[in-house]
Amino acid sequence: MPEITSERQICVRVRLFASYREAAGTGRLEVPLPDGARVSDLVDVLAVRLPAVRTAPGMVAVNHTYVGPDFGLHDGDEAAFIPPVSGGR
Amino acid sequence: MFKIVDGPIDELALESAVRTDADGAVIVFRGVARRHSRGREVVHLEYEAYPEMAEKVIAQIGDELKTRWPISRVAIVHRTGVLEIGQASVVIAVSAPHRGEAFQAAQYAIDRLKQIVPIWKKEVWSDGSQWIGWENETHSHEALAPRQ
Repeated sequence: MPEITSERQICVRVRLFASYREAAGTGRLEVPLPDGARVSDLVDVLAVRLPAVRTAPGMVAVNHTYVGPDFGLHDGDEAAFIPPVSGGR
Repeated sequence: MFKIVDGPIDELALESAVRTDADGAVIVFRGVARRHSRGREVVHLEYEAYPEMAEKVIAQIGDELKTRWPISRVAIVHRTGVLEIGQASVVIAVSAPHRGEAFQAAQYAIDRLKQIVPIWKKEVWSDGSQWIGWENETHSHEALAPRQ
């Protein structure tokens, strides 16, 4: 969990697609997080409702750019959980 | 032309969008829905996109192509929604003065598209369905960054 330096919270808009969307029963969520939260903290919160983000991990994109687990989140960010992209050979 | 559309792809529009008088080669790759997959009979396919991001990422792939090969133009259009067998899910058009670079660039574009563009395919069979994902591959966000 992040080091909580204040009482302030941020709110992140979460987008879910394909298998994640069906498992969660929705394509959009709003998730409040402590100020200073990172992507890994969002994964922790979301995994309670959507275990697949751990058991079938994909990618996370914040504001349309792929990011890693240490990426810092800000109020109003759009975080998309990207299950593995369509395959095919 | 880098677009996500929810109806049939106008392939002639892509071809005419990329061809210039300097070009001796125009490659048009069409990815189509096929009947059999993993030993099962497919009834139809359903494609879902994260459209705002997908259009940015396919434009990024277009930039990567131009960095790597002396091509003239590239256009990529992907379709979403329900596709019947034989219908095109994606069309990529590349023009270049010579065929070698056009073939190479088109191959790279479809491989890269399947790697990084946030579009998902669901196979619907007569007795079930499944989202199709990466197989036997590991991915990190570094691998998905723009390539020079």
